[in-house]
Amino acid sequence: MIGNALVLALREIRNNMMRAALTTLGIVIGVGAVIAMVTLGNGATQSVTNTVSSIGKNLLFITPGQRREGGPPGDAPAFQISDADALRREVLSLKHVVPVNQTSVAAVLGNRSHTTTVNGATTEWFDARSWTIVSGRAFNEAEDKTGKSVCVIGETVHHELFGGQDPVGQRIRLGKITCEVVGLLQTKGRNTFGQDQDDYVIMPIRTVQRRLVGNNFAYYIMVEVQNEAGIPEAKKQIAQVLRQRRHLNASQQDNFDVQDLREIGNMLSSITGVLTAFLAAIAAVSLLVGGIGIMNIMLVSVTERTREIGIRLAIGARERDVLLQFLIEAVVLSALGGIVGITLGLLGAAAGTAALGLPFVFQPSIVAIAVLFSAGVGVAFGFFPARRAARMDPIEALRHE
Amino acid sequence: MSSPLIELRGVTKLYGEGEAMVSALAGVDLTIHAHEFVAVMGPSGSGKSTAMNILGCLDTPTAGQYLFQGTDVGTLSRDERAMLRRYHLGFVFQGFNLLKRTTAIENLELPLIYRGMGRKERHKRSSVALAQVGLAERGHHTAAQLSGGQQQRVAIARALVSEPAVVFADEPTGNLDTAMSHEIMSLLRRLNDDRGITIVLVTHEEDIAAYAKRQVRFRDGRIHSDTGAAA
Repeated sequence: MIGNALVLALREIRNNMMRAALTTLGIVIGVGAVIAMVTLGNGATQSVTNTVSSIGKNLLFITPGQRREGGPPGDAPAFQISDADALRREVLSLKHVVPVNQTSVAAVLGNRSHTTTVNGATTEWFDARSWTIVSGRAFNEAEDKTGKSVCVIGETVHHELFGGQDPVGQRIRLGKITCEVVGLLQTKGRNTFGQDQDDYVIMPIRTVQRRLVGNNFAYYIMVEVQNEAGIPEAKKQIAQVLRQRRHLNASQQDNFDVQDLREIGNMLSSITGVLTAFLAAIAAVSLLVGGIGIMNIMLVSVTERTREIGIRLAIGARERDVLLQFLIEAVVLSALGGIVGITLGLLGAAAGTAALGLPFVFQPSIVAIAVLFSAGVGVAFGFFPARRAARMDPIEALRHE
Repeated sequence: MSSPLIELRGVTKLYGEGEAMVSALAGVDLTIHAHEFVAVMGPSGSGKSTAMNILGCLDTPTAGQYLFQGTDVGTLSRDERAMLRRYHLGFVFQGFNLLKRTTAIENLELPLIYRGMGRKERHKRSSVALAQVGLAERGHHTAAQLSGGQQQRVAIARALVSEPAVVFADEPTGNLDTAMSHEIMSLLRRLNDDRGITIVLVTHEEDIAAYAKRQVRFRDGRIHSDTGAAA
């Protein structure tokens, strides 16, 4: 009986290609759009997560000034290296404490010049950022302490100044000073925001303070906490130490801010979450439009199909023969539409993520949801009118206008 | 004579409800034996088509009894009535009722598929039936590509292909011109003469009814006259 119904269903599909194609199209659009949109959204979220985690684990960034309003900007004193030393001494759960001074200079070699950012930091910087050196070495603690003119350069700086040549051991000019390149950083490429993560020069902070910017500030202090669980306690202790050092009494607010990378990550994730939800909403509309398309085709063909069912009943089909045939038709078209929709959706998503430089994140559940919904619409609107017709007296179905 | 093929006993059919209720059949008794060629006649609204639909198990009577080969059709389930149509009844309609975008051969195969007949056998039988109505070369045309007369011949072939006990033809010439009407009627008459197929024909035209061997006239839901009530 199933074999016969299959023959009848396939013949009906073959003989009514246009109707079949339009029905399938509705499913293809719905499924394809949902899969493409949600995959893109997930890629964006994943990309943000990757960027945040690529900065380092369990990092806190301590900056002067307040995050919230209060007091004129710039009235908070800057940090100094001694603040970092105090934190290292008094907060035992910190693995690394790195004071950072930053400036922008032109790096020059021969007749080549490239404006880049110089990060003055301690040698712990490389560990805290878990950033490896592919050639040469990091500057050491002695060079750190004495403020030697040595530097580690990023791939972009290397490329701009040296082309393909090995930079280690060469001297470059940074603003008014010359320094020896001792190492080359592993390339990290661009992050989610299009920022080039390789366009940096890293030098001992004292060298930067004394010879490039002429102050003794640390614009921010980066600390790495031993483990994630210790972060809240570490934040509390850091605040205590800094309040004391900055002579704040109980009534005064903090004039510094401790930012947790996870917070930044969470904030960014919530933004991309909104983006994903927005894309999903568009996709849901596509699904709905696809569903309405299917519905329309089905309803428009109801009269024709009711007569067809009347003919089938008159020549000896039972209700179940008709239903089985219609069910098979709907399932075949839905499956076909589903497969094409998944293929197009994934291809679209692959093209989209490639164009936007996002990772491709495959989410099987959304594929299942999209296919089930579309197939549900297809089967419901194919099957239920058929069932109504198949339950009529044959003559009633034949006379259906 | 043997027991009758078809027997109606006091069959009535009412449509609508309450004030708007219309009686299409008001107590009809009719007996038809195997190999008969009966024309059921009468003006429109006389109940002839209703009677035909009930005989064909396409519709159910409001009251009364319908015996087919001695079986009370009123006691059969929907599925059992479908099986009766599948194995014993054939239909030819005024509007042809073919699947329009389906080829002639596949239209003929339809009843055989429901019978579960194998592919080769049903194809062979369909080709033979199509040849019998003179459309051997049109097998791969869809119904929509055929003329009205050709469509009606396909419909007749479809009714015959499953070798039914009786063929019901409801105004089979209603949509055809005169020449084609007579061609179709000659075909039906030959099938009755040569192969002994029982035919029940509904028409309101005298010259069409003349092809039949017995004329039953309906008026206001009752049988008004019957030329050759079986002995």
